Amino acid sequence: MTKKQILVLSSTLFFVWFVVYMATDVWGLINSFQQVNIIWAGINVILAVSLNLVVGFTGQLALGHAGFMAVGAYTSAVLTMHFGIPYVLAILAGAVMAFFMGIVIGLPTLRLRGDYLAIATLGFGEIIRGVLVNIDYVGGAAGINGIAKITNWTWTYIFTIITVVLINNFIHSLHGKACITIRDDEVASELMGINTTYYKTLAFSMGAFFAGIAGGLYAHYFFMIQPATFALQKSFDALVMVVLGGLGSITGAVLAGLGVTFMNAALIELGAFRMVIYSVLLILVMMFRPQGLMGNKEFSARVFDRILPKRGGKDDV
Amino acid sequence: MKRIMLIAFIALLAVSLIGCSSEETSDTIKIGVNYELSGPVATYGNNTVDGIKLAIQEVNDAGGINGKMVEAVILDNKSDPAEALSVATKLIAEEQVIAHLGPATSGAALNVVPAVTDAKIPMISGSATNPDVTVDPATGETREYVFRTCFTDPPQAIVGAAFAMDNLGAKKVAIYYDNTNDYSKGLYQVFKAEIEAAGGVVVAEEGFSADDQEFRPTLTKFKDAGAELVYVPAYYEKVAKIISQARELGIDVPFLGADGWDSPDLVAIAGAAALNNTYFTNHYSSSDDAPEVADFVKAFQAAYDKTPDSFAALGYDTAKLLLAVIAETGSEDPQVITDALAATKDFPAVTGTLTFDEFHNPIKEIAIIEMVDGAQVLNTKIAPSN
Amino acid sequence: METLIAQILNGLSLGSIYALIALGYTMVYGIIQLINFAHGEILMIGAYVGYFSVAVLGLNIYMALLLSMFVSSLVGVLIERIAYKPLRKSGRLSVLITAIGMSLLLQNGGLIVFGTDFVPFPQVIERIPYRLFGGRFVVTSHQILIFAVSILMMLLLQYIVGYTKIGMAMRAVSYDKEAASLMGINVDNVISFTFVIGSSLGAVAGVLLGLYYQTIHPLMGFMPGLKAFVAAVLGGIGVIPGAMLGGFLLGIIEALVSGYWSTTYKDPVVFVVLIVILIVKPTGLLGKNTSEKV
Repeated sequence: MTKKQILVLSSTLFFVWFVVYMATDVWGLINSFQQVNIIWAGINVILAVSLNLVVGFTGQLALGHAGFMAVGAYTSAVLTMHFGIPYVLAILAGAVMAFFMGIVIGLPTLRLRGDYLAIATLGFGEIIRGVLVNIDYVGGAAGINGIAKITNWTWTYIFTIITVVLINNFIHSLHGKACITIRDDEVASELMGINTTYYKTLAFSMGAFFAGIAGGLYAHYFFMIQPATFALQKSFDALVMVVLGGLGSITGAVLAGLGVTFMNAALIELGAFRMVIYSVLLILVMMFRPQGLMGNKEFSARVFDRILPKRGGKDDV
Repeated sequence: MKRIMLIAFIALLAVSLIGCSSEETSDTIKIGVNYELSGPVATYGNNTVDGIKLAIQEVNDAGGINGKMVEAVILDNKSDPAEALSVATKLIAEEQVIAHLGPATSGAALNVVPAVTDAKIPMISGSATNPDVTVDPATGETREYVFRTCFTDPPQAIVGAAFAMDNLGAKKVAIYYDNTNDYSKGLYQVFKAEIEAAGGVVVAEEGFSADDQEFRPTLTKFKDAGAELVYVPAYYEKVAKIISQARELGIDVPFLGADGWDSPDLVAIAGAAALNNTYFTNHYSSSDDAPEVADFVKAFQAAYDKTPDSFAALGYDTAKLLLAVIAETGSEDPQVITDALAATKDFPAVTGTLTFDEFHNPIKEIAIIEMVDGAQVLNTKIAPSN
Repeated sequence: METLIAQILNGLSLGSIYALIALGYTMVYGIIQLINFAHGEILMIGAYVGYFSVAVLGLNIYMALLLSMFVSSLVGVLIERIAYKPLRKSGRLSVLITAIGMSLLLQNGGLIVFGTDFVPFPQVIERIPYRLFGGRFVVTSHQILIFAVSILMMLLLQYIVGYTKIGMAMRAVSYDKEAASLMGINVDNVISFTFVIGSSLGAVAGVLLGLYYQTIHPLMGFMPGLKAFVAAVLGGIGVIPGAMLGGFLLGIIEALVSGYWSTTYKDPVVFVVLIVILIVKPTGLLGKNTSEKV
C-alpha cells in the first residue's frame, strides 16, 4: 500500500464512523431498533470473517464457533463485573481465553478430517455450554445479568475493522498461504513440508480469538448472557453467513454478515419462517454455487470495480 | 486496498439501508407482543399469544376501545434474549406501540426491561417468574414500567413446602428440576430452603436438561435415597414423562409441583392412573366454576380447537388487564396506562382475582390441586403469605 | 450392586433407542460416506406420519408403521436426489453443509407445519411393567419391544448387506462407485435403495420413540439423532454391529453418569467420550483401520 492509499483508506473509514456516530448520537436519525441492528451487523461480520478463516480458508468445517463466543462473553463479563477490569482489557482477555481454548480443543480434534472434525467441534461447543450451565458462579442456566452496557457503535466499529484488517493480513501472509494450501490439498501440503497440525490449530485458535471478541462485544451490549444464547444455532448462523458470502472470501464474509443482519431486521415479521429461508438458501448455494456467492475469489476487487459504479450510482442518491 | 474501501462503502450503504424507517400514524390502538414463537421454548410463547389474540379479538368484536380497534403487532423473539431486545426496540421505535406484552421467559424479559424503561412504555409479562424482573435487585426499587400477571417463584414454593410437610407428612423429599430453566431452578431453591427450615431433609436433588426424555436413572437414585415425596417444579410435558416413568419403576410416593403442570396434556401424556397421588400449586380459579373461567375455556376451545394451558390463560389475562385499563382511563398515554396498571385492584381474571402489590406482582390465592383419576380436584386453598 | 444392575438395565433401554437410530446413520455412511444430518428429521417425519395414521386415520400400529416407513423413505430418497446427488462429485464439505441445511430446513419447516406443541402420542400398545426379583428390577413391555426390534433390525441389515444381491451391489458402490458402475451396477438406484432402508429405519425409530416417550415434537429428532451419531462413531461408523454396540454403550454411560454423578453432566460426558474415541481410535471400536486414498 502506498502512503496515499493508506490515507484514503483511513479517511474513508473515519468518515463512515463519523457519519454513523453523528446520525446516532447527535442528529438522532437512527432509532433504537436500527442501533441494535448496527451492533449486530458488527458482531456478525466479526463472526463470519473469523469463521471463514477456519472453514473457508483452511477448509476445516468447525461447528463450535458459538462456544468460543461464549468463552469470550463470559470471561469479559466476569472481568468487568467482578474484578473491575476496564472494558477493552476485559474483551481482549476474553479473546485470549478463547484463543487458548481454541488451542486446547484444536490440537486433538484437528487431526480428524472433515465429518469427524465437524462432529467433534460441535461436541465441544456443546460441552462448553453444558459446563457453563453447571457453574453457579456464572449463574447457571439463568446466566449473568446486569453486565455494564459499554459496547456502542464506536467500539463495535473499531473491533470490526481491526478484525477484518488482521485476518486480511494473516491471509496474505506466508502463514495464510500455508492454510490455503492445506485447504486445497492436505496430503500434498504435508508432503511439501507444511506442518499441517500447526497451521490448522493456528487458524482455528485465531478464529476462536475473534469469536471471543464478538462474544465480549455481545455481552456488553445485550448486558445479559445465558448458555442457551450460545447454542448450536448460533454456530449454524455463523456457518450460513460464511457459506452465503463465499468460502474463502473476506469481502464475501463481510457482505454476508451485513446482509444476514439486514435480512433478519427486514424480515422480522416473518418470525420462524426466516430460518426456513436461510436453510433453503444454504442448500441452494451449495447446489448451484458450492464455493459461496462470492466464490473463493479472495482478490475480487476487479469484479467489484465492474459492479460498483452502477450500483453505487443508483443507491447513493 | 480497494477492497477495504469497498467494504467501508458497503458498510455505509448497509447502515443507510437499515436506517430507513417508515413513520406512520394509525387510528388503531397498537399493542406490542414480543413472544417466543420459535426456538426451544416456542410452546410457551405460542400458547400465550393464542390467549392474547383471543382477548384482543373479544374486545374488537365488542366494538373496540372508545371506537378504536386494538391492533396487536406480534413479533417472534426466537427464544433468544438478544432478539427479544431487538424486537422490543422495533416495537417501540418503529411500530410505536403504547404498551408491550411479553416475553415469556425471565431471561428475555430482563433483557427487554431497560428498553421499555427508557421509552417509558408499560410492559406486562404473563410468565416471567424471576423476582428481579419487576424489582431491581441492586437498589431494591420496583421497576416503574414492568408488571407481571403470574406468580413469582417464592409464594408457590413456600405453599408447596408447607403442604408437603404438614398435609402429606413428608419429611424426606427429593427434588427434580429443569436445570436449563430459571423458573424451575427458582422454585427448587426456595422449596429446598423452606423444607430445611421446617426440619425436613432433602435426600436427593437433581437437575435435568431441556432435551432429556429418559429419567429412569435419576428416579432409581431417588428410590434408593428413600424419598417420601418428589418435588418436580417443571412444565407438564417433562412432568408427565417423569411421573409415568417413576410409576413404572414402582415409585408410589406423592409427586408435587407448581403451575407449570397445568395442562390437559399432562393427563393425555402420562395417563390418569399414573397421576393419582400427585399435587400441584396453582392459581385458585382454574379448577373453579367461576363464569370467567368457563367462558374463557369455551371461547378458547372454539377458537383453537384445544384446551388452554396456564400460558394461554395468563396470556389472555395479561391482554384483558391491559385493555381494561386502557378502556377505563380512556387514554393512550403510556404513562397514564402505567399508573393505572400499578393501581389495579380486584381485577376479575381467569387466573384469579388480581391485585398488584407494591412490587408489581399479583396477589392471588394459591390453590393445591390434586389429580384424581385424571381430573383436577381442589384439595385446599391457601391465602398468599408473602 | 442392585442399583448398578438397575442402572445398567436403564442404560440398555435408552441404548436400544440410540442403536436403532444409529443403524440408519451407519447404513448411509457405510455406503456413501455421508453424515446424513437430516436423519434425525426423517425420524421426526416418521413419528408424525405414525401419529396421523393412528390418531387421525385410525389405522392399527402395524399399518401405521408401514405407512410411516413408506413416507419417510420417499422423503429420504427425495432429499438424496434433490440435495445430495448433484453434489456427489463436489467436496465433502459441500455435502456436509447441505446435509446441515437440510436438517435445519426440516426442523424449522416442521415447526411451521406441525406447530410447536408437544403432541401426546396415542398409547396403542399397553405399557406393562414387569417386576423381576420381587420388584428389584423393572422392565416394561415397551423396553422389551424396542430392544427386540433393534436386534432384529441389525440382523436384517447384516443379512441384506452381506447375503443379498442388492447388498453386494451396495458394498461394491461403497468400495468404488466408478468401478461398480462399470460392472453394470446402477449406482443411483443402489444409493436410493440405501436411503430407503436408512429412512425406513428412521421411521421405525421415530414411531417407537413416540410410543416410548409418549410425545412427539418437530425437534424430537435432533438430540437423539446427534447422540445416535456419536453412538455410531463410537462403535465404528459404517459397521452395522458397531452401531448396536455403540448405542448400548452410550446408553449405559448416560445412565451411569446420571445415576452416580449428575444428569447435568451427562451430555458433556457423552461428547468427551466421542472426542476421546476419535483421537484414540478414529475408526471406532469395531472399525477397521483404512489408509486414506489419495
